Amino acid sequence: MASRDEIFEKVQETLVDALGVDDDEVTEEATLVDDLGAESIDFLDIVFRLEKNFGIKIPRGELFPENLAADASFVDDGKVTAEGIATLKEKMPHADIDSFANDPKVENIQSLFTVNMITNFVENKLNAG
Amino acid sequence: MRWFWIDRFVEFESGKFAKAVKNVSLAEEHLHDHFPGFAIMPGSLMIEGMAQTGGILLGEVNDFEHIVILAKVPKVTFHSWAVPGDSLVYTATLTDSRDEGGGVDVTAHVGDRLVAEAEIMFVHLDQKDAQFGAIDQKNFVFSMNLLGILDVGQAGDGT
Repeated sequence: MASRDEIFEKVQETLVDALGVDDDEVTEEATLVDDLGAESIDFLDIVFRLEKNFGIKIPRGELFPENLAADASFVDDGKVTAEGIATLKEKMPHADIDSFANDPKVENIQSLFTVNMITNFVENKLNAG
Repeated sequence: MRWFWIDRFVEFESGKFAKAVKNVSLAEEHLHDHFPGFAIMPGSLMIEGMAQTGGILLGEVNDFEHIVILAKVPKVTFHSWAVPGDSLVYTATLTDSRDEGGGVDVTAHVGDRLVAEAEIMFVHLDQKDAQFGAIDQKNFVFSMNLLGILDVGQAGDGT
């Protein structure tokens, strides 16, 4: 079983290759979009590479759910509602939803996508497998 | 000018690799501006040629059911350049092929000289996709037109 550090290192390597960033930029807390400059197509690239590097299968939308704010009942006045937060928790057990809930602005959703989140996700996958 | 950046496939092994040739010619208008007095094949068009080689390789896996779009070039290195009279040989190896898209590693050689190497990622698009209309057709790696390339290449001696 790979340790958390080993998983993180491999995630780091994956992101360096996918995003063309330096490894010291890929910290646990770094956000993919704001800190590492990821664009939409990069998310698909990251999924491809994680599958290859870890030998896991990642069904579409599992790591990076799509259209998170599309359901009207999940958003009120630019903020994600309690119902929306509950759904996020369910869909993204690998993300730090609790911190997000302190300031649930819709535009903060993308800051859920952190390096740590990917490490959590892979760790859960490997443990489940 | 037509958007063909390869002239002919010389080898094609379904789902594995493809080799295509691009003959660089002074008849190509842009070479006179790139650069005046020093004509070299633009790197961007080399990437396009590599993407056409790899895109057809990927498309063929699914019998060209999906439209293959050049999505991303995660890595490209130019080691050298190509001038009029050179035959660039693009060799694409399929590294990934799945529902959403795929990827290839491609090299460009002139003779034994490595000119460029790249990693290219593609996504699939289908006419039924909601975003279909929003996509600029220029990004399509191939249209049925380009597939005609697979049919060219019967040499004068009939081989």
